[in-house]
Amino acid sequence: MADFMADHLLHRLYRLQEKHRHIPFQLMVEVARESGLPVSQVAAVVNFYSFFYQQPVGRYHLLFSNCTSCGYQAGEVNLLALLRQQLSIVPGQTRTDGVVSVDETSCIGMCDHGPSMLVNGAPIVNLDEDRIRQLCGLIAAEQSLDRWPADWFRINNHIRKPGLLLNAPLQSGGSLSKALAGDAQRMLESIVQSGLRGRGGAGFATGKKWLFCREAEGDARYVVCNADEGEPGTFKDRVLLQCHADALFEGMTLCAYGIGAKKGFLYLRGEYRYLLGHLQTVLRRRYDSGLLGASILGQAGFSFDIELVVGAGAYICGEESALIESLEGKPGIPRIRPPFPVTHGYLGCPTVVNNVETFIAAAHIVQDGSDGFGAVGTEKSPGSKLLSVSGDCRTPGIYEYPYGASIQQVLDDCGATQVQAVQIGGPAGSLLAKKDFNRRISFEDVSTGGSFLIFGEYRDLLSINRNFARFFAHESCGFCTPCRVGTRLLENSIGKIADGRATWRDVDEIKQLSRIVSRYSHCGLGHTAANHILDSVRHFPGHIQNVLAQQAFTPAFDLDAALETARQLTQRDDADAHLE
Amino acid sequence: MTQLKDTIFIDGKAIGFTEGQTIMDAALSAQVYIPHLCHYPGLTPSGNCRLCVVEADGRMVAACTTAAREGQQVSNNTAELSAARKAITQMLFVEGNHICPSCEKSGNCKLQAMGYYLGMLEEHYPQFNPHRALDASHPDIFLDRGRCILCGLCVRSSHDVDKKNVFAIAGRGADARLIVNTVSGKLGDSNLDVGDLAANICPVGAIMFKEHGYVTPIGERIYDRQKISDVALNEHVLEQKGDKAR
Ligand SMILES: Cc1cc2nc3c(=O)[nH]c(=O)nc-3n(C[C@H](O)[C@H](O)[C@H](O)COP(=O)(O)O)c2cc1C
Ligand code: SF4
Ligand code: SF4
Ligand code: FES
Repeated sequence: MADFMADHLLHRLYRLQEKHRHIPFQLMVEVARESGLPVSQVAAVVNFYSFFYQQPVGRYHLLFSNCTSCGYQAGEVNLLALLRQQLSIVPGQTRTDGVVSVDETSCIGMCDHGPSMLVNGAPIVNLDEDRIRQLCGLIAAEQSLDRWPADWFRINNHIRKPGLLLNAPLQSGGSLSKALAGDAQRMLESIVQSGLRGRGGAGFATGKKWLFCREAEGDARYVVCNADEGEPGTFKDRVLLQCHADALFEGMTLCAYGIGAKKGFLYLRGEYRYLLGHLQTVLRRRYDSGLLGASILGQAGFSFDIELVVGAGAYICGEESALIESLEGKPGIPRIRPPFPVTHGYLGCPTVVNNVETFIAAAHIVQDGSDGFGAVGTEKSPGSKLLSVSGDCRTPGIYEYPYGASIQQVLDDCGATQVQAVQIGGPAGSLLAKKDFNRRISFEDVSTGGSFLIFGEYRDLLSINRNFARFFAHESCGFCTPCRVGTRLLENSIGKIADGRATWRDVDEIKQLSRIVSRYSHCGLGHTAANHILDSVRHFPGHIQNVLAQQAFTPAFDLDAALETARQLTQRDDADAHLE
Repeated sequence: MTQLKDTIFIDGKAIGFTEGQTIMDAALSAQVYIPHLCHYPGLTPSGNCRLCVVEADGRMVAACTTAAREGQQVSNNTAELSAARKAITQMLFVEGNHICPSCEKSGNCKLQAMGYYLGMLEEHYPQFNPHRALDASHPDIFLDRGRCILCGLCVRSSHDVDKKNVFAIAGRGADARLIVNTVSGKLGDSNLDVGDLAANICPVGAIMFKEHGYVTPIGERIYDRQKISDVALNEHVLEQKGDKAR
């Protein structure tokens, strides 16, 4: 029984990273030799994923989330600055004694737990000044992680409002035996009938996807669950993987039955590695109960295996074709589409890729019938949606609503008052102002993969834009020009605006640049990377006006900033080391 | 409007195509120029530079990777597309270290020629000034990554045509770099040969021959005499390889 692909390139590299705290070129050469891959492929993979390093990291490697909800600036104090000061360390560099290193990482999906970080890969949540000081003490004493306070590592599910899916737990094997009693075609039809659409963001009709895959030509077919959940502000898949993994695997098995697949993968984001043990336990239980493996539920000829593959820090691997590349042991560079994965997916074979929530919804539909599902939601968006609500509200957590719920209702339910703006669908989604709070969560109005970020009135929206711009520049895969270069330029331009060094010309300029990045890029990351900027310009023009310099032109080159290297070298930051 | 079978329309002009051709293939066969840098006829298209993006039936698509479809309406020569292409070219300039006045490739460089073609008069965006390693370990060929535009033409040529797999692109986002597939990471340890397609296809001055300088004087080079929009209509890897069979 193989539930964990031990020899997957990402896993081999992970083990080396654990052991040596970095992967020097020599080791890449060895891995290449052992696995029969070109050195360049191994090197490209090491270079691509954030969690592989070519210089040694510290024995305590701290990755602070920089998400607006679970990041170091989510509260009032900049906790990274505190950490930096307490540990006498420069982010991105390992302290010379080799004990500790600190860096930033994109959202780690702990947005309902306040400021959070990964310590040697394990999430620590609810950080505040106190905890940071204690943590620095533990590191100074070189206390091993298993002796750190256990409650720092405790992750809650925070299910605040259960609905259609969360209220009705599935019986293990229930929907599967129902499906096996009829033929695969019938089951597929019920998914089509239900009108289920993908929960990962794009909203493609799930039944249709499964049918296409079944009909596509190929020697083998694959089922892939996208548990990459990288969109900042999203954590509902984390909770589903924790509480409803069995239903998820059941959904994947139903899909396998429907399309005729013998093999499936669950691609788990590296940030959720701590869930691996739990997922393996659930998988083993299903194997033991005859719900996976050969002759499932006694049906001769129906076999299906699921393997787990863990990513290594790359938001782009949530894009389905990049995910497949990653599954194949390559950098996560999105493929040319068409052909789509349903016809040319894993190893070129027909592949269904669905979000965690989509598979679980499918299992519900098969168990309870498509009518009940369609009775909830709107005409074009049947069913319910799990929202990951976080930011400035009293009770962040998971809220399940029938499609069609208004933004205001969500805000009321989570105790958000004095709200300035909400960002729905993560940085790639839409930034909405008060006048839009009557709009509805649905594919036809405001669509979301699940991220619902709330920004109170005191927040500086430009710093949010800056945060998002940085996220995209960091996560761009680098394949295509407009996104590779453009996201960097956007980051610089929004910085110039936020710093009060910009004029109206820069605003025109950033609008044009945004248009190029969103229209000319190769994949969805680039297509959506400038949305937040255009939304800000459109809905919050006052914020930008207020900080514009009252002159016709200011140079892009910041003389004072250019002296930063010199300041660092001379370890000075006094007034005389600055220009003004 | 009656739709002709196997015909697409580029800026209103009817162009025939055969099954399996991309918009780029169809355009080039009909001697219609769509700007491109990362595409070279005869190699598998990649779609990374985005110069060739056109509007096809209302959608923005890369002409080099998008199949031609019956009756497709393609806009190629529009003010918006030209402005965007110029901006993308400027991005490629500021991202690397392009030292045109002192570059031996000057006049034969496609990036420069694209700049001329699109009327680019300035770089517009702030320079990135990246630190990118130079590799002079090969006896005949040097690699200046500072001038690389990450088009991947050498990667595909070496893998698909030369069958040597000498190059790859590694690193994410702005850290993307050309790497060499040897146990030292050095070009000198590869079996790259001056006759290889990969050694000859670089559109810019990133892969250059040593001890060859200014054989053709500046002013008499390819793009000093012709526009890229004319030169690009008659390119094919078979000719690059010196194969006259085609
Ligand atoms: C940049 C980018 C990141 C994405 N990240 C995710 C993700 O983390 N999880 C997910 O389910 N879908 C993600 N998607 C969407 C997937 O490409 C794909 O549409 C989805 O997995 C299909 O499943 P669904 O139909 O069940 O939603 C992402 C798309 C893009 C362009
Ligand atoms: S849009 Fe960005 S993430 Fe997508 S292929 Fe281009 S560089 Fe990569
Ligand atoms: S070296 Fe030349 S051919 Fe190779 S990727 Fe760079 S620019 Fe393209
Ligand atoms: S030529 Fe088509 S994207 Fe480069």
